[in-house]
Amino acid sequence: MKKARWILGVVLTVLAAFASVAVTQPGAAKAGDQSASVEVKIDNFSFGPASLTVAAGTTVTWTNNDDVPHTVVSDDKVFKSKALDTDDKFSYTFTKPGTYNYFCSVHPKMTAKVVVR
Amino acid sequence: MQHNVGDFKGDLSFVQISDSHIGFNKAANPDVTATLREAIAKVNALPTPPSFVLHTGDLTHLSKTEEFDTLAESLKSLKTERIFYVPGEHDVLDDNGEMFRERFGKGAMGDGWQSFDHNGIHFVGLVNVMNLKAGGLGSLGSEQLEWLEKDVSALKSSTPVVLFAHIPLWAVYPQWGWGTDDSEQALSYLKRFGSVTVLNGHIHQTMQKVEGNVTFHTACSTAFPQPQPGQADSPGPMKVPDDKLRQLLGITDVNFVRGTHSLAIVDSTLA
Repeated sequence: MKKARWILGVVLTVLAAFASVAVTQPGAAKAGDQSASVEVKIDNFSFGPASLTVAAGTTVTWTNNDDVPHTVVSDDKVFKSKALDTDDKFSYTFTKPGTYNYFCSVHPKMTAKVVVR
Repeated sequence: MQHNVGDFKGDLSFVQISDSHIGFNKAANPDVTATLREAIAKVNALPTPPSFVLHTGDLTHLSKTEEFDTLAESLKSLKTERIFYVPGEHDVLDDNGEMFRERFGKGAMGDGWQSFDHNGIHFVGLVNVMNLKAGGLGSLGSEQLEWLEKDVSALKSSTPVVLFAHIPLWAVYPQWGWGTDDSEQALSYLKRFGSVTVLNGHIHQTMQKVEGNVTFHTACSTAFPQPQPGQADSPGPMKVPDDKLRQLLGITDVNFVRGTHSLAIVDSTLA
């Protein structure tokens, strides 16, 4: 019995470890987890992923990998970054569910969205 | 349309330079100030000194004070009476173009648009890099369009008109944003004119199209080349072998001979 309880303990510890890894994986944020964060890359004049679904409370961080400046601006101006030079980052924490369409105000052909559940 | 530099001794000579991108320092050209200075030397060596110079935008890469400083300081050595500027999208980052207008748009209206007459030619500088809409192209906006309509309404149809703006006023390659959403509206005000020349930058390569009475032309950058439409994953700066760079940068010399239908546009590269 003692041994079985020990094994159960190990299994639970491992499961807990998996669970904590899972919430830090991009796109796998759970509702109510305030520390979740997701990355969006700006490469070759496009946002990747172009469509991202996250839980409320998730912080999204954009990184510009291009040789030219870009911005991250939501269509209804909920969030608006300054011009991001190469390797610059911009973060925004989404607290309210909804669909947030955004674009680069320097190169407006660059459009993408974040869906917050 | 193409002639060698020096072939023309017309009634008016002016030069267009574009896309200096002062502050850019990546692989495509680590020293854009040096190539701007070479472009200036090229202008200063022209057989007919230009009456004035048009800079069609992207003076800087990041709209920074020190970048505008370097640009202004470099252009002091340009042998010409005056320089007219329109902003590129890189000149209006974060401050809606306030610093640009304060330093390079004195006397201009609205977001920096302006017009003037020289040797019987009417010049109009337009701004199509402000208030861009998601999914859209360059934009002039209704206020500027109204101003343009009024600005040209009193001119005789025989007056040659030159429009200059940063983003092309024709659909060069909309997939890369190389066009202006409301440019057709602007050009509709110019239908009655016998000679209309449109000078743009933005695409860092020369391109020309003639449509009826309108000649469209884009100039080289003085900083770095960009790929031909659709020939790369994106329109970003194009790295070429070092010995090829100066063959893809340059200036545009424009000459007008009274009595001829259109202006003679001569592109010359730095090497």
